[in-house]
Amino acid sequence: MPVLETKNLGIAFGGLQALQDVHFSIEKGEIFGLIGPNGAGKTTVFNLLTNVYVPTEGVISLDGVNIVGKKTYQITQNGIARTFQNIRLFKDISVIDNVKIAMNYQMKYSVLSGIFRLPSYWKEEKAVTERAYELLKVFHLEEHADDLAKNLPYGQQRKLEIARALAANPKVLLLDEPAAGMNPTETKELMETIALIRDKFKVAVLLIEHDMNFVMGICEHIVVLDYGRIIAEGSAEEVRSNPKVIAAYLGGE
Amino acid sequence: MLGISKKKRISYLVNLAIVFLIYFGISTLIAQRVINSYYSDIINMMLINIILAVSLNLVTGLLGQLVLGHAGFMLVGAYSAALFTLNVKLPFTVSFPIALIIGGLAAALSGFIIGVPALRLRGDYLAIITLGFGEIIRVIANNLTITNGAKGLYGMESLNTRHNLTGMFTYIFFIAVFVIFLNFTFGTSRHGRAVIAIREDEIAAEAAGIHTTYYKLLAFVLAAFIAGVAGGLYAHQIGLIDPSKFDFNRSTEILVMVVLGGMGSITGSILSAGVLTILPEALRGFSNYRMLLYSVVLICVMLFRPTGLLGRSEFSLTGAFEKIRSTVGGNKKNAAKKEG
Repeated sequence: MPVLETKNLGIAFGGLQALQDVHFSIEKGEIFGLIGPNGAGKTTVFNLLTNVYVPTEGVISLDGVNIVGKKTYQITQNGIARTFQNIRLFKDISVIDNVKIAMNYQMKYSVLSGIFRLPSYWKEEKAVTERAYELLKVFHLEEHADDLAKNLPYGQQRKLEIARALAANPKVLLLDEPAAGMNPTETKELMETIALIRDKFKVAVLLIEHDMNFVMGICEHIVVLDYGRIIAEGSAEEVRSNPKVIAAYLGGE
Repeated sequence: MLGISKKKRISYLVNLAIVFLIYFGISTLIAQRVINSYYSDIINMMLINIILAVSLNLVTGLLGQLVLGHAGFMLVGAYSAALFTLNVKLPFTVSFPIALIIGGLAAALSGFIIGVPALRLRGDYLAIITLGFGEIIRVIANNLTITNGAKGLYGMESLNTRHNLTGMFTYIFFIAVFVIFLNFTFGTSRHGRAVIAIREDEIAAEAAGIHTTYYKLLAFVLAAFIAGVAGGLYAHQIGLIDPSKFDFNRSTEILVMVVLGGMGSITGSILSAGVLTILPEALRGFSNYRMLLYSVVLICVMLFRPTGLLGRSEFSLTGAFEKIRSTVGGNKKNAAKKEG
């Protein structure tokens, strides 16, 4: 059974049909690419999946359960975590606290235990700190654990955002242009990291990216959007040679 | 206890010792009449202002929402506590703590009622709604029979008696200490982190699985509760209250304390609440120029330290010691270099 599946998904803003009949299914542990020219509706798909916008039609099922209409934070708790196109970190707090915040919903101690520092506070805080350090180690950020997030260089901020999304224990990780603004070396490193994430955390990855080398190099399955509709899908090879895709990117006929 | 490092435990103990030292120092001075009742009243007012500033800091500093009607919650707390002690026939030592809790709960309830619609939205709606609330609640208190209209309530007992000069001080002091403690521990718990995350980026916080409305309400209601307790303390410290004591100026005054101390810094709030209570009294010698000087001080601080006295950082003894040590160490090193 696919971990994330959409059927007939669509949204209209007034008279503008931004997305129509979007259907795809992502298997467990799959790296799935979503590409298309600017304005095709890629980020809108992400916003529908996390209920920032409510779809006007269609179904999104996560592990077979329809999640349309759930609140954004509930969807995260159910297993879809995302990063943003323009990095959204908690800038003025430490790197490790950024990660811990995403673990908040997995912690149990009450407001009173927090205020009065009851044993449950110490126990859970210790466990969460260890987990956060382990996660930071995967991204080689453990040395910066106590630095403010805003003081990290750009590439590491991107990594921290991915670490924060993973801290929410997702089944599906949505990455919105993870390689944007990275140089070729950083991009290559990021490809390795994403493959590593998939293997280590057993998550499916759905990513939007404009860097074609990146997408073709890493994605096992690709969906191409244009004007809010799916115009092609398949493996990297199939998509690359599809005349519709070439037309959408370069202009055809 | 689990997971507390030795260093932390020592610093907890040192802080506890300092708190008791300050308490015994000041209360002995008051009991021996070295500090007369005028000054001890100022100390009590200062502590009440500290409680108010620290509680507002929860919303303005931690949650990053502007509140322009904190005096409204204080009013609700003050009136409910005063009405309770005035009308319930219990010994004052028993009814006073109950009254404080009732004052806090009443203020928390009003905070909840106005917080639910305001905090579900993103943005600065809270500022406007609390501004309206502060004014409405004052006008209501001005017109109801039970609140005795503009004349207000009077005749509240005080814990201070001829033989016990430190009754009020003890109460206010330990409540202030508790409120400060609560702010520190809340701020570093998972709930506090969630609240700070909302301040930093609400959309990202929600995407990280934070139930934003719940945590916003939590911080806001907690602050309202504390302001209510402070109102109850204020009513019994002063002995008479009327609606004009809780006007917009009062709300602004509390907000100024938070901004001046540095938003999000608890020790900053404490420092500036202390300074701003003492300043108008200390400037009494300048009679007419008093408020002018007061404003000049505020403007200077904002010009030269726009983030407030302490910014977002906290003053801590260990931190101060380490700084002193490193500067002294640095000087030695420099001296050694020069000699070499």
